[in-house]
Amino acid sequence: MIEFKNVSKVYPNGTRGLKNINVKIEKGEFVVVVGLSGAGKSTLLRSINRLHEVSDGEIIVGGKSITKAQGTDLYRIRRDIGMIFQHFNLVKRSSVMRNVLSGRVGYHATWKMVLGLFPKKDKELAIQALKRVNMPEKAYMRADQLSGGQQQRVSIARALAQEAKLILADEPVASLDPLTTKQVMDDLQHINQELGITMVVNLHFIDVARKYATRIIGLKQGEVVFDGPVENATDEMFAEIYGRPLEEDEIMGVAR
Amino acid sequence: MRTAELKNQTTGMPAPPKKTKQHITVLLVLLLVMASGWQIGFSLEELMSGLPNMWDLIVQLIPPNWGYFSQITVPILETIRMAVVGTTIGGLLAAPLSMLAARNVIHTSWVTIPCRFILNLIRTLPELLLAAIFVAIFGIGPIPGIFALALFSLGIIAKLFYESIESIDPGPMEAMTAVGANKIKWIVFGVVPQVTSTFVSFFLYAFEINVRAAAVLGLVGAGGIGLYYEQTLGFFEYDKTASLIVYTLAVVLIIDYVSTVAREKLT
Repeated sequence: MIEFKNVSKVYPNGTRGLKNINVKIEKGEFVVVVGLSGAGKSTLLRSINRLHEVSDGEIIVGGKSITKAQGTDLYRIRRDIGMIFQHFNLVKRSSVMRNVLSGRVGYHATWKMVLGLFPKKDKELAIQALKRVNMPEKAYMRADQLSGGQQQRVSIARALAQEAKLILADEPVASLDPLTTKQVMDDLQHINQELGITMVVNLHFIDVARKYATRIIGLKQGEVVFDGPVENATDEMFAEIYGRPLEEDEIMGVAR
Repeated sequence: MRTAELKNQTTGMPAPPKKTKQHITVLLVLLLVMASGWQIGFSLEELMSGLPNMWDLIVQLIPPNWGYFSQITVPILETIRMAVVGTTIGGLLAAPLSMLAARNVIHTSWVTIPCRFILNLIRTLPELLLAAIFVAIFGIGPIPGIFALALFSLGIIAKLFYESIESIDPGPMEAMTAVGANKIKWIVFGVVPQVTSTFVSFFLYAFEINVRAAAVLGLVGAGGIGLYYEQTLGFFEYDKTASLIVYTLAVVLIIDYVSTVAREKLT
């Protein structure tokens, strides 16, 4: 599904974001990327759909090289990759429905999208997606009338309506409380298990990572220092990824 | 005793900042005002001697010529129409130009910088000057007035609009990049819904200004009520001038009020 081949990233100021990453992620996996802030988690995730450019190496997504793709080819590859953000990234003034439908823009001609002409099938898809995250009744409310957890679930519905084969989530629960964290992570887990959509999720909280992941990748200063099934990710392993023993604020208390 | 206590309290406090800078600023401003007045030959004496004249004029303005109102309804309506058409043309041009001038929408500086330059250039021209130029091109009538107002409102709306585009939430735009939208879809779904209500608000604001501006454009022959100001003042028919003032005032007040209420509802 995703393959990193010798990927490196050097920022213009000389800091090295990623160092020679070689990782292969298979279809249907639930991968959680952990590491300290600044370890390169976000850079790694955003290089998969090229929200960030890499300086070296190649990334293959669904058999195609996204690092080499240009124009329409790039848009086509991105269309298959859903993305969930820490701050939800919804248009707050627009309705929930319109936000979910915006996941469909990659499928239609530009002029139709300018006029807002979505086929009936798309609207059904959007309603189905909203049903899956348990909020069809909110379809015609404005996004800014919803709570943080609800907004995050709308953004999950957007990725579902997009019919993505792979979902990237960059700190999806970092601005949510423990209860809504559980709801959002449960939604992601169901989508992964029932629809077989591959998940790559950046997380800060170790217990959340352990509860939901099938595989954990540990990053430290832009390098992969751990990559294996969740059973192998012991406390000692995490201490090594973080470069120190675990602290209170890295455990959220959801899994207990 | 008291002073001793106060002294005790103030010890250990940092010294208050010196006020020299403020004093110098006030002095400089005063000097500038006086120098300007002296340069243009302002004299209080002349102002005082002119006061009786002003009083004479006010006496002649009252009462307004009520019968004249029916005659000036047509030019008043023409003035409003000029403002409507001019603002609409200006707004339609301003929307795409502002997008091109906003640095968070167009990332290439060889597009944004020329757009900003054109917009700044348009804004430096006062509307009366624009109207005079267009009268020279198109002749007397409302058409040059409409063009002048269109350009004038383009300047106002575009400047306000591209600055507010630059302050929108980048989140939805990022999300649109991620779903695989091309640049046009990206703008339509990531930028436009965030700025529509601000745009309408600026449009209404420009319309308010344009109604007032349109009232004087007639002075240079660009249509509307201004022409009648010139005529009545020229023939010393001050009662008619008073009618014009009252009528314009009423229309401007109503439009300002309606537009302000509409703009408040938009947020």
